Parts: sequence; structure tokens; C-alpha cells
Amino acid sequence: MAHAAFLIALLPLLGAVLILLNGRTMSDKATGTLATAAVTGSFAATVWAFVLYLNHEVTSTVHLFTWFSVGGLNVPAAFQVDALSLTMCLFITGISALIHLYSMGYMAGDTDYRKFFLYLNLFVFSMLLLVLANNLVVTFVGWEGVGVCSYWLVSYYFDRESAASAGKKAFLYNRVGDLGLLAAMFLLYTHLHTLTYTTIFASLSQLSGTTATLIVLSLLLAAAGKSAQIPLFNWLPDAMEGPTPVSALIHAATMVTAGVFLLVRMSPVLALSSDGRSVIAIVGALTAFVTATIATSQKDIKKVLAFSTVSQIGYMVLAVGVGAYGAAIFLMVAHAFFKALLFLGSGSVIHALNGEQDLRKMGGLRKYLPLTFPTFLIGWLAISGVPPFAGFWAKGAILTSLYAHNKVLYALALLTAVLTAYYMTRLFVLTFRGEERFADVMDGAAPHESPLVMTAPLVILGVLAAVGGALDLPWLHAHTLETFLAPTFGAVPAVAAQSSGLQITLAGVDVIAALIGLGAGVVLWRQRSSAPSLEPSFLENVWYWDEGYDRVIGRPLTGLAAISGSVVEETIIDGGVRGVVTGVQRLSREVRKVQTGFVRHYALAMVLGLAFIVLYLVARVG
Amino acid sequence: MNVPAAWYLVLAALLFGIGAFGFLTRRSAIIMFMCIELMLNAVNLTFVTFARSLSDIGGQISVFFVMVVAAAEVTVGLGIVVAIFRRRASTSVDELTEMKG
Amino acid sequence: MIAIAYAWPAIGVFVVATLLILGGAVGVLIYKNPVHAALSLILCLFGVALAFLAQQADFLAAVEIIVYAGAIVVLFLFVIMFLGVDRTEALEGEPLVGQRTFAAIAVTLVVAGVVFLMASSHWVTGVPSVSTGGTPLSAGAGNVRQIGTSLYTTYLIAFEVTAALLIISVVGAVNLARKERPRVGESAQ
Repeated sequence: MAHAAFLIALLPLLGAVLILLNGRTMSDKATGTLATAAVTGSFAATVWAFVLYLNHEVTSTVHLFTWFSVGGLNVPAAFQVDALSLTMCLFITGISALIHLYSMGYMAGDTDYRKFFLYLNLFVFSMLLLVLANNLVVTFVGWEGVGVCSYWLVSYYFDRESAASAGKKAFLYNRVGDLGLLAAMFLLYTHLHTLTYTTIFASLSQLSGTTATLIVLSLLLAAAGKSAQIPLFNWLPDAMEGPTPVSALIHAATMVTAGVFLLVRMSPVLALSSDGRSVIAIVGALTAFVTATIATSQKDIKKVLAFSTVSQIGYMVLAVGVGAYGAAIFLMVAHAFFKALLFLGSGSVIHALNGEQDLRKMGGLRKYLPLTFPTFLIGWLAISGVPPFAGFWAKGAILTSLYAHNKVLYALALLTAVLTAYYMTRLFVLTFRGEERFADVMDGAAPHESPLVMTAPLVILGVLAAVGGALDLPWLHAHTLETFLAPTFGAVPAVAAQSSGLQITLAGVDVIAALIGLGAGVVLWRQRSSAPSLEPSFLENVWYWDEGYDRVIGRPLTGLAAISGSVVEETIIDGGVRGVVTGVQRLSREVRKVQTGFVRHYALAMVLGLAFIVLYLVARVG
Repeated sequence: MNVPAAWYLVLAALLFGIGAFGFLTRRSAIIMFMCIELMLNAVNLTFVTFARSLSDIGGQISVFFVMVVAAAEVTVGLGIVVAIFRRRASTSVDELTEMKG
Repeated sequence: MIAIAYAWPAIGVFVVATLLILGGAVGVLIYKNPVHAALSLILCLFGVALAFLAQQADFLAAVEIIVYAGAIVVLFLFVIMFLGVDRTEALEGEPLVGQRTFAAIAVTLVVAGVVFLMASSHWVTGVPSVSTGGTPLSAGAGNVRQIGTSLYTTYLIAFEVTAALLIISVVGAVNLARKERPRVGESAQ
């Protein structure tokens, strides 16, 4: 077990180091192959570890070395191998391997090809560190690692102004979230004197209710930053400036789910604070709904998917808030499959259209992209919640437990589900059906299907998105995913068992909601496909969220900075410095007259000095 | 029986004073070097006096080293005087005021 | 009189040495001709040598005469003659205002202060040295032997370093005083 866990994290790091050291001498193809092989190896190691784990199903700690030990704080570099971390690792490494493969085709010919794979490998390493860590400090290292890799990859095309500022935006929003994680760590250490998960969970009885609520809210802030929840969600749509594989890997499948993972990992603490859980549920529900409305009006294919991602993560957070951790992880995995699929599919579309991302300039691509179309179709149906695809099962699990907890949240989530089906249908129709509107983009040439390295991952992900719902079926040692993961969760508040009749009814409601959304989308957008409009500016402009931040935070700070620049800097600081300079100049102009140039004056000064010393001694003696 | 050490010490102090005064008032670099020799000899005299009073040969050894240093200093110093004289045809130190601030 | 307590010959030697030393020193101070000043310096150095002799420093007395009077002063004279500056230096008028006054005051203060300090600390304090067993330094050949032994044992490293210092200073002096010759290629012009 120790070897396997060690290899999981080591291989991507090794890949990154090798690329860093040999980047200049290796060909692009070798670099891509090496990076992909490293991540694939990591996936193999994960499978190995998973199989070993299934033998005993005991949580084990892999201690690598003691990182540092200061005072009472002992931080080992250690991994905690349990159902949760292994499940995370499985889909992270698996999807990473596919996206690495895809990137080899997508990024072909790029000037910074090696840099891209270096960052990508480093990202996978950080992500694995985040989920494998057995204490918050190592998790924090991974947390920051994925943050910085995300920053590098969002501003990958850093010569583009928008990409550079999107990277900065992502980094700064994440920073606010990191503050939350730090605050949670400080609080936990102050009260429990440990940051190791198992020890924290063992000594939870020492936490008061208020402290627990504070910690949960801090964790929520951290999750809001990393997983793009209200109020920190704005960075994720802008992060679409990065290359599409990056959007698929980091900003859809893996990194943005880190916040949800953190909340689930800390679920025993969540169990102590029902207030904190309520806030989490409300934040998740609001995010899911608000961003779903925004997604209905975006023009950019990747922006639609980005808001959709935020919305889906909102679902996961909502699930965490009501204690449905298993459902949250289930949706996380399913979402990773179909959202990665959708992003890669959109990448294939963008690739086919010479980089065009505007939905208004697509349409009718069905016949040109024979492999992308069916896989995208699966992704669309999966996210819309149509049975029997993955999304239906995952979303159904969440909605069912929501229904038992809170009817208002259930209604909001159901509405969101309708919206989800609607905007995905709009996206799908505008892209693949209707009139062809890409003539001016293509200069008359026909769009072409992407190469095999790109379509192969699409097919694999398509299959996964189609059958992913089966994950929850009890075929691993008679476990459902829920019960398999359950040992890692905190005490979930008891929910009255639902009758199978009610469950079937709820599933039926889900299907109806999905079909309403689908129907509305098809009916509305099939007719408008020649000249798509219907985009309320309120929604298109993201509820003027950015403008609000600018007005409340941006402008006052800019004004303050301007005052500092003109008044504080110039009069006080510069004035002080200049005053010192002038003073020294004047003083030295006077003092240098002492230097007459006559040797005998200097000698006289020496003897006078000697006389003073002698007189001083005389004074002391006498 | 010898005279008290104090007598020689006062003598040495006077010799040092004359040397120092000469160094401050004479302008010829060569004479100034001689005045330095006077001061060094004053110090030597005190060394020898203390060596006698304290019965320590170290004082005399010090004198030996002072003499060596004095010899080296005169050699280099006079070399510099010769070099300067060659450029300015004067040994007066008052004419060397390049270091004026 | 206090002096009665001491042997008259010792007092006589001291008086002669004092006259030689102070006379020679004042000579250096006031003679206008550098040659005269140098000769006066020799007088002073003889006085110092006499004072050394009177205080059991026979070897140093010899060295004083040989090295100082014999070599250093000759070097002075040599430079004076070589440069042709054996003319009268204008002593009248001090170009630097107040230099003499301040020099006199400073030097008087230093000398008076030092004498006062020595007197107030009873001139010579401290325990007779252990290294020579507390016995008075021997006069004559024994003294030379003592110096030699010390130099080549206790002070060996210092002694060797002074040797290096002398070599360096000689090389430096030669380099300083050497006339810059025109290069071979330029000599034809």
C-alpha cells in the first residue's frame, strides 16, 4: 500500500521534474508522451492501491518523512489512504491521463508546448497531494499548488491582455479563499493543537459549538474560493481564457471540486454545526440557481460550460450542506466525466472552427464532426439529467436527500435542474443543429474532425458519462458508493428513510424537469437558430456581479491608491527622503572645509586629539 | 646605583614633545622625517627604561622591532620624497594640497 | 638632596645624555639647513645611545649608533645631497595661521599630561617580570645573549616578519625612486 500511494503522487512530480530538466532537448512529442505516461502510471498506481485497499478496507497512513516539528506542532509528510482519497485519486488520475492524451493533439504546434505539459504534470501532483494528505498543512500545500498551476495555465497565453488579467483575477479570488483555509487551520490548532485529520476527528469533543461554526464558515470561504461559489465565483468564467484542456481538467473536473472535497474531508467538523451546514446549503443552492440563469444567456461556448460548472458545483455544495456527502462525491465523479467530456468536445468544436468560440457563429456542425457529435450528445443528456446517463443518477441522489431535508431548497434545485437542461439544450442546438453560421470564420473551408488523440479521450469519457451512474450500484463488496465512502464521513444527521414509492416518484419528477428544460430549449432555439438573440443583458452580464465588486471594493481602493500615490508618496515619503538628501548636502558642504589639504593641519589635529585623550585621562586620575 | 627611572621617563617625554612640535612646524619633508625619528627614539627610551625597571627583556626586544620599522619607514618615506621632488622640485609639504576637500 | 642617594657617576652620565639628547633635538628643530639638522640628529642619537648604555641595553646602544647614526642618518644626508636641497629653508613666517601656537599648546598639554599621569601612577608600577626571574637585566655580553635567545625563540615569527617587511620596503623604495626610463622603441626619437 505504501509503495502504491507513494507512486501515485511521485510519478507526476517526476514527470514535471524530467520535463523541467530536459525540456530543451526533448521533442514536443517526447515531452507530451512523457507527461501522459507519468499520469497514466499514476493512474495505474491508483488502481493498484485501490485493489489493495479493497482487500481490507482499512484506512492506512503512509508516513513518508517528518516535514517539520515546531513546538507542539508536528507536521509529517504523510498520506491518508482511505475510500475517499482513493476515489478522488481514481477519477483525478484517470481523467488527467485522458486529458493529457487529448492535449497532445490540441496543443500540437504550440510554441510553449513543453511548458504546458510541465504545468499540467505539476498540477496533477499538487492535486494528488491535496487529496492524499493526512493533515491540513500538506493539503494546504497541494491547495496552493493547484492554485498557482491554475494561475499559470489560465494566463498561459500571457501575451493576451485578457488571459493575463484573468489569471490574476483567478489568483486573487483564490487568495481570499485561501485565507479561509488558513483561518480554519489556525482555529483548529488553537483549540485542538493538531492539524492531522484523524487526530482532529478524535478530539472533536473539545470544540465548542461556536468554534465549530466559525471553523465551518472558514472552510466554506475556502471552498467558495477554490470551487467558485458565491460570493467568489466570478473568477471561473474568466478562467476560460486558458487552453480548453486546462478548462476541462482544472476548471471543470478536478481543481474546482477541491473545495467540495475539503468540506467532505472535514465532514466530522461539519457535523458539529448545523448552522454552518445551513449556510453551506444556502450558498450552494443560490450559486447553483444564479449561475444557471447566467448560463442561459452566454454567447461563448466555454463560458456557458463554465457557468454550468459553477452551477453543478453549487449542487455538490448544497448536497454537502444537507449532509448528503456520498451524493456530493457521486455527482463530483459523474460531473468530472460529463463536464470533461463537454469541455473536450467544445475544444474539438473550437479546434474545428479555427479557434472560434462564439455560439452565434456555429450551428449545423453535426455532419462535420462525426465523433464529437455523438459524444457531445451523451454529455448533453448526462448533464441534463436524462436517464440512464450518469447525471440523472447523481443529481437524483442529491434531489432525493434534499426533498427529505428542506422543501424550499428542493424546489430551487429542481428549478435549477430545469434551467440546466434548458441552457445545455440551447448550447447543443446552437452548436450542432440548425443553420451553418460559420462561413466567415472558415473562409469557405469545411470544418474537420479532430485527430485520434483528441477523439479517443472523447469516446472513453462518453462511455464513462453514459454508464457512470452504475458507480452507485452495489457491485464492490456489496457496497453502494455511498456506503463505500461512509466510513470517511462525519455523523450524518439521520434522515427518515424514504419509501421506495416516494423515491420513484421523485425520480419521475426529475425526469419531467429535465424533459421540460429540453423541450423548452429545442422549441425556442430550433426556430431562432438563424439569428440567435434573446439574451437579457442582466443575465449576460452575470447579474452585474463584477460591476458591483468594482463599485464597492475596486473604486474606493483605486481612489485610496491614487491619493497615496500623489500625496503620501510624493510629499511625505519623497519629501522626507529629499529633505535628508538636502540636509546631508548642506552639512557636507560645510564639513569638507575642514579638509584643507595641508598635511600639517591633519597632523595638528592628531596631536590635538592626543592632547584631549591625555587630558581626559588626567581628569579621570585627578 | 642608577638614577631613578622617572628621570629618564621625563627626558623621553621632553624628547617626544620636541619631535612632535618639530613635525608640526617644519615644512621640509626631510626634516619632518627626522622629527619622526626623534619621537620614535623617545618611545625607545621609555621602552629601555621600563625594561630596566621591570627586569623584562621584552622592552628591549620592542626597541629592536621599532628600529626595524623605523628603518623601513625611512626607506620608503625618503623614496616617496625623491619621487615627489622629481615632479615638483620641492620638499615642502605645504605645496601638496591635492587632498583639499 | 635626593640625588645624594645615587651614585655620582650615574648622575653624571644622565646629565651628559640629557644635554646631548635635548641639544640635538633642539638642533633638529631650529637649524635651517637640512644638513645641519641631520648632523644635530646624530648628536641626539648619540645621547640616546648613552642613555641605553646607562640602562643595561648595550646591544641596543650599539645598534642605535650603527643603524641609526650610521645608516639612517647617512641615508638622510644622501637624499639631501642627491636632491640638492641643502639650502636654507625659509623658517620665517608661518603660512598656516595659528599653526605654531596651536602646536605649542597641544604639545605642551600632551607632555605635561603624560608626565602628570606617570607621576600620579608612581612612574613604574607592576611586578618585576617573571620571564627573567625578577633579577635585574645583566649588563655586557649576558644581555646580548638574553636578547638573542628571546628573538630566536619567543619572537621568532615577528622577527621573520620584520625581515619580510624590510625586503618589501627596499623593493618599494627602489621602485619609487627609480627614474622612469623611456621605452626602447621611443628612445630613438
